[in-house]
Amino acid sequence: MQYPDEFNQDISNNKAVHVYFAQAVPLVTYIDDSCLYLKEKKCGICESVCKAGAIDFTQAEEKVDVNVGAVILAPGIEPFDPKALAEYKYGEYANVVTSMDYERLLCATGPYQGEVLRASDLHHPKKVAWIQCVGSRSVREGANSYCSAVCCTYTQKQVILTKEHDADAACTVFHNDIRSYGKDFERYYSKTADLDDVRFFRSYVSIVREDPETGNVTIRYSTPDEGVKEEEFDMVVLSVGLAPPEDVKGLSAKFDIELNKHGFNKATPTNPMETSRKGVFVSGAFQGPTDIPESVFTASAAGSQVGELLNYRRGKLSTERRYPLEKDVSEELPKIGVFVCHCGANISRIVGVQSVAEYAMTLPGVEYAQEQLFSCATNSAQEITDITKEKGLNRVIIAACSPRTLEKLFRDTLREAGINQYYLEMANIREHCSWVHAKEKENATQKAKDIVRMAVARAHHLEPLQEFDLPVNKAALVVGGGIAGMTSSLSIADQGHEVYLLEKEDDLGGMARNLHYTIEGLDVQEYLAGLVKRVYQHPLIHVTTNATIEGVYGYVGNFETHVFNGKYKKQIKHGVAILATGAVEYKPTEYMYGEDERVMTQLELEGKIASGDETATSAATTVMIQCVGCRNEERDYCSRICCGQAVKNALKLKEKNPEGDVYVLFRDMRTYGFKEDFYRMASENEVKFIRYTPESAPEVKEMGGALQVQVDDPVMGNKLAIDADQVVLSAAVLPRSDNKALAQTFQVSLSPDNFYKEAHVKLRPVEFGTDGVFLCGAAHYPKYITETINQSYGAAGRAVALLANDTVIASGSVCTVDEDKCIACGECVRACTYGAVELKEVGSLKKAGVNPVICKGDGLCNCVCPTGAISLKHFTDEEFMGQIDAAMGD
Amino acid sequence: MRVMCTGRVDLSFVLRAFERGADGVFIGGCHLGECNYTTHGNYYALRMASLAKHILASIGIDPGRLSIEFISGGEGNRFAELMNSFSEEVTELGPLGEKEGLSKDQLAANIAAANRIVPYMKLIERERFKLAYETRAEYETYFGGDEFKALFEEAVGEKLSTSRIIGLLEGGPRTTAEMADMLGMSPSEVAKYIRLSSSHGLVRFDEGLKSYALA
Repeated sequence: MQYPDEFNQDISNNKAVHVYFAQAVPLVTYIDDSCLYLKEKKCGICESVCKAGAIDFTQAEEKVDVNVGAVILAPGIEPFDPKALAEYKYGEYANVVTSMDYERLLCATGPYQGEVLRASDLHHPKKVAWIQCVGSRSVREGANSYCSAVCCTYTQKQVILTKEHDADAACTVFHNDIRSYGKDFERYYSKTADLDDVRFFRSYVSIVREDPETGNVTIRYSTPDEGVKEEEFDMVVLSVGLAPPEDVKGLSAKFDIELNKHGFNKATPTNPMETSRKGVFVSGAFQGPTDIPESVFTASAAGSQVGELLNYRRGKLSTERRYPLEKDVSEELPKIGVFVCHCGANISRIVGVQSVAEYAMTLPGVEYAQEQLFSCATNSAQEITDITKEKGLNRVIIAACSPRTLEKLFRDTLREAGINQYYLEMANIREHCSWVHAKEKENATQKAKDIVRMAVARAHHLEPLQEFDLPVNKAALVVGGGIAGMTSSLSIADQGHEVYLLEKEDDLGGMARNLHYTIEGLDVQEYLAGLVKRVYQHPLIHVTTNATIEGVYGYVGNFETHVFNGKYKKQIKHGVAILATGAVEYKPTEYMYGEDERVMTQLELEGKIASGDETATSAATTVMIQCVGCRNEERDYCSRICCGQAVKNALKLKEKNPEGDVYVLFRDMRTYGFKEDFYRMASENEVKFIRYTPESAPEVKEMGGALQVQVDDPVMGNKLAIDADQVVLSAAVLPRSDNKALAQTFQVSLSPDNFYKEAHVKLRPVEFGTDGVFLCGAAHYPKYITETINQSYGAAGRAVALLANDTVIASGSVCTVDEDKCIACGECVRACTYGAVELKEVGSLKKAGVNPVICKGDGLCNCVCPTGAISLKHFTDEEFMGQIDAAMGD
Repeated sequence: MRVMCTGRVDLSFVLRAFERGADGVFIGGCHLGECNYTTHGNYYALRMASLAKHILASIGIDPGRLSIEFISGGEGNRFAELMNSFSEEVTELGPLGEKEGLSKDQLAANIAAANRIVPYMKLIERERFKLAYETRAEYETYFGGDEFKALFEEAVGEKLSTSRIIGLLEGGPRTTAEMADMLGMSPSEVAKYIRLSSSHGLVRFDEGLKSYALA
């Protein structure tokens, strides 16, 4: 019996007993309630065929009481269901799908194994249209008024993937504003728009009809030049927004927390992880529509707050892992065991796993080989341990997936078996084989054998390596005393660690000293004053103002930073560092800025409003110009906060002087998330929004002592001339000019725009590639105060996770020098950007020496050494040569 | 083969693969300038591969058999395209040596000659070809230009030719004409390198055999 597969959006079928999806955690088979036996006490075949006896129909629901000190709610979101809006014809027209449906169609594990097919005739669509903002940015019954914040960019991703599936496919995106406000999103948008046969079309649309013969769908839209047009598409994708999680009311009642009007957690602007109930925190999209990086760092952030609450109990429930004593097998001949994984059907569907295992047995040094259904499953890992002990194996090869995911787990398995973990070798026959050669089974099996043969050859040369336990200095260094730095400092200090907070200026506060109110109504100065006071009063936080960093030495767990405060020098020892150095506002060179004092930036206007400057607040006409100094060739990024800032200040002006006219000249209004409500409010308050394009940018002129702004009116098609009392420029947010120097000092990297570059844009958004150094706030990318607070707690969470340990482990795969071969030429010293290699005196000679703790194991020094004296352990010349020879069939 | 950084890919690995009969070698790394660390080892790889291509050309192997490309983790399709097109190119070139018109023995001797100068290459690579360009195009312009050609001929070509002659003489004494024939050089070129090698004390003239032999 087959049932609609929920994971694949009910497009294809699956069985009642199944794995939820290929990457599910835990990756176990389960029976869902479509099971005939559960429904009607029929069938039960699975019970009799399961050799492991894993099927147990007598299992019943269990209730478990758990005592906890805090709760984190991370219920996520639901995709908006467009059935609520009948005009989209979802569920009615076969070839109208949601973006979630389409996401599954694009995926290799999707309903048609990665082929995009139409439901009506299982043909490839050649002409696909996306409709943006489905269920979002609308006050209609059944829709959500907020912007779902992620759809513009996920649509662009789907367009790119569609073109990768079928280079001839024509893609049209019908959109409102394009909100590419995230880090590197602007470039991504340009990249998508520049593809052949990709059109971005700004228009509201309606779905008109379905052709009963072809199943094609006609869309009606309006054009600036040719009026209303109709066009037929093979497939229409509804870019549905994000809705609150299912049964959010039940959740809020159960945990006794308040929700906002949209059905998400009712957040405090100064602590978005908090709920209305003490001890209950939220993370991820339950704060509101959110992208992946924010979900990741709010998770660490909520964790950090729980840490503040429960720090006194840290580690009380954990037990130390004990491994059996490591056996010295270095003198033994290699006795290799090979375990070939089916990965469910991921590998065995394509690769003849049995024949690979049989082949492995014929290879030199292989003592044992077998197949496994899932090598990573707990029972399989136990089996590997048991067999390793029983057969006396001293090398283990897991022929399965990429080492990136599971190498750690299998190394642990080897430790459990009492042999050194570096005797593990993984042969990647999934990503490198079955997944990419789905159509060539025989060749794939041959390649899997080749890969295993290479692994065996390498295994012969593997050596046992020791990892280092490095003591951790429990203090943190935080660079930058703005909201980001102070928030991180407080959270770390509240978890019992000393914090050294460095500020370049003579007082704390950073950029926030120029901010007075947020769009939601927070009094920034009052909040800031409270924060500064808490920092100065905290016994564990040591503030240095007027600080200059003169040098950073050491490595994760053991840094030493030299600081000069204008009077004396200090050496600070610390285990981690957080870079929270903020950003600056661009000083415009355009629109007569600096030439006429009536032309100012948003921050300057905000300062005037806050100080009660009547000329600013009572101006009859204010013109704001967006995207000044960014989204251009020189700075190809969106500064993210300026649209919200303009709306905020426009509303403030309207509040002070309802009669005054406020114009906002914009390219795309990027009031994402709940900020959309304020954009709507501004429109309702008669703030006039006029769209311009970079080709016809506005002009600011002085006409007989008065300021005039000229701009094309896209609605009327003529040129507007607005006499302005003041012109406010939404100036770009720039990375600090000293980022480069600081990045060099801390040995961290910068993005192309000179903001700090995180280790992974989605998955490791507060870490640097350099261990023990973290980032947060606007130094990472422009962001609102609330977002900064999220990320700062997130960085604190990651930092404390490291500081909470007494030791950090340094890899055993580091370089070592054979002093007999070393001629002290110094090439290795020059190649190492970490300073891990130094020339030292050995007797009367100089020889290179490696500090294994600093060595990152990249092996650059190996390739520049003319005598082969320096060698990277675990990636030695012998290991590579063995692999190369084996690859060529030896 | 997995390396932790393309900067770990040694010239000798590339030569070893060809020595063992590989028809093509592909090196894949992160995009230039986008190192997640501070190492930027992919520039090392690019320099190595550019030099390697010239060395391959000097020993009669089509440099198109070596490819280096920079691909991010998010560019699966591009990776597949690059692999497929490289695979096509190599198929087009056919088995190693065949199109080049080199016998198995000649190939082995030539690669062995190149292998012998790897330590030397490492010494001069940093000394003579210390380049700090940022883009691939700049590297390609440099490595395709006359300045580099002259420098390569002066710094490497000579060493390589000498190494090939030494390799040949390891098998026994030879006359200039024999060597010129076997190495595909002109007799005057061979004479030039013989002169150099004998001045370094590597080669001597065997009066009895009327041939050159290892000193």
